Amino acid sequence: MSRTLQAPVTVAFDYTRSVGPVLGRFFAGLRDRTLVAGRTSDGRVVLPPPEYDPVTHRQLTDADLVEVADTGTVTSWTWVPEPVKHQPFDRPFAFALVTLDGADAPLLHALDVDSPDHVVTGMRVRVRWAEERSGAITDIECFEPADDLPGGRATPLADREATTGIVTPVSLDYLYAASPEESAFYRGLNEGRILGQRCPSCGKVYVPPRSACPADGTPTAEEVELSQTGTITTFCIVNVPFLGQKITPPYVSAYVLLDGADIAILHLILGVPADQVRMGMRVKAVWKPQEEWTYSLENIDHFEPTGDPDADFDTYKHHL
Amino acid sequence: MRDVAVVGFAQRQMPEFDGSPTCVELLVPLFTECYEQTGWSRRDIGFWCSGSSDYLAGRSFSFVSAVDAIGVIPPVNESHVEMDLAWALYEAWIKIQTGEVDTALVYAFGKSSAGVLRRTLALQLEPYTMTPLWPDTVSLAGLQARAGIDAGIWDERAMAEVANRSLTDAEKNEYAVRKGGSSVEELLARPVYADPLRKHDCSPVTDGAAAIVLAADDRAREVRDRPAWIDGLAHYVDPMSMGTRDLTRAPSAARAAAAVDLDGVEIAELHAPFSHQELILRSELGLADDVRINPSGGALTSNPMFSAGGIRIGEAASRIWSGEASKAVAHATSGPALQQNLLCVLEGRN
Repeated sequence: MSRTLQAPVTVAFDYTRSVGPVLGRFFAGLRDRTLVAGRTSDGRVVLPPPEYDPVTHRQLTDADLVEVADTGTVTSWTWVPEPVKHQPFDRPFAFALVTLDGADAPLLHALDVDSPDHVVTGMRVRVRWAEERSGAITDIECFEPADDLPGGRATPLADREATTGIVTPVSLDYLYAASPEESAFYRGLNEGRILGQRCPSCGKVYVPPRSACPADGTPTAEEVELSQTGTITTFCIVNVPFLGQKITPPYVSAYVLLDGADIAILHLILGVPADQVRMGMRVKAVWKPQEEWTYSLENIDHFEPTGDPDADFDTYKHHL
Repeated sequence: MRDVAVVGFAQRQMPEFDGSPTCVELLVPLFTECYEQTGWSRRDIGFWCSGSSDYLAGRSFSFVSAVDAIGVIPPVNESHVEMDLAWALYEAWIKIQTGEVDTALVYAFGKSSAGVLRRTLALQLEPYTMTPLWPDTVSLAGLQARAGIDAGIWDERAMAEVANRSLTDAEKNEYAVRKGGSSVEELLARPVYADPLRKHDCSPVTDGAAAIVLAADDRAREVRDRPAWIDGLAHYVDPMSMGTRDLTRAPSAARAAAAVDLDGVEIAELHAPFSHQELILRSELGLADDVRINPSGGALTSNPMFSAGGIRIGEAASRIWSGEASKAVAHATSGPALQQNLLCVLEGRN
């Protein structure tokens, strides 16, 4: 058995970013299969154009922008033998720095060639435009070899409305591992048990368990099986619907201090009208059918009242 | 300015950490080692600062969970940077300079192997025109290596010499995850991976953590006969764009070098995750030929994200404590292709 439990997890978010007026012109140009560059104070024509001059810090205006050719020269390149997800190609390709005709600084993008034997610094390339363009750097599908094309030059900026933003989807895949103590907790849940860890120096029992006592930093050593009954220390009645909600409001989320534990766990309270839930109420775990158990706190479907008298405030006042 | 010294250092490095990305289990024994080295308990530490990234951990607030390793009753004075350990040290050094505290423990951790490291790092790039292409770390280093080869500033042999020396020195480093030198000829005979880079030109994906203890004036002298005094600390940044700077240079490293005194440096621990980057740094720092480079084997053989830069400071300090060197420089980098560079000069005084 591996020391820890592990599971794949994907963290994803679509970043919506506004762009400044200069980058907005650049992206609008890409949508129209045009490359917009900026003239900086050192006399260079730079692509993508910066919003502010790197030396004088003056904001670039339309008067500083020019259009450059979609042909250019490779100034550096590297082979990508094992592409990662969402790169321009899912087969081996080259990343290249390409100085477009009319520009003085190179642009980073993919170069579509079959093998590293087909790339050399100084080779001539041209932009391969994407079929569908939205005003983003990916409107350039890649560069491709273009041995026979003559050089181009910078030309005045055409009149075109700037774009105002881009959306960049980001998605990251991980193999997430629980700590050894958390792994014991989830393995316990898979057997219908609730396991915590006791701090050897202050004696506090943590559930879910922690690798070290957050109060004094001592590594927790002793595994403790906890009672399946406990006391509601505090609660809230959820009345507001939200994305991903699994239960129809109103329902009660409560902190349940299991007997023998020093920290409460958050769980669902059922089997009692929401307006009758109270601090000090004694509750017990109600498990899902055993065939549905997995390595999850969701094995406990909810907590419900035991019917016993309420706990004295003094028994949980230090755990609020 | 107050005299501040490095007086404690502990590290762990491994190819794959079998544990949670909050790394609490990894940090507890490191703090224990720091307490043993100093004779202090956690209550002697005036300030704590950590370096880590949730993008690496794949979960939110991993640095908050890591605070469990400290123990926060009574409350602690604590901060965090989304940067390498070396920058956490910089913040702690400033905190000590304010006079508010006399001691600090800085730490950093990262489980690089939880995701695809070279892909995850695309999120530190310019988000409009770079990140959407997902340029991975190895590719960006490859573009930089090629630029230097094409310009005739270095060649594959010079890169292999760096790798061979690093792999040989790493044999003596129990924490290095890749070790075992052979010869430049043997390394050059190995296949090219990400043309122009061979695998030994790229640091291995490394999990790990490290901790460093700082102390001011007499607090430092209490702990060690020969503290590693911080003689200079400087950090500069170059533009992020790969197109507008000369990739064969690292101007921010040269500026940092000009801001400190490197005269008489005997040892340099350089945070160069790719072999050619050591060549750039040696040139930008103007290091003499007799300066011993990366006696630990360097980041090329073991590069735990968020602690590898600080580990350079710890390695350099260890050699001051032992008397092996009287003056050393440690370097840390961040960002793509040596974009950010920090130098920390350490001195032993008798």
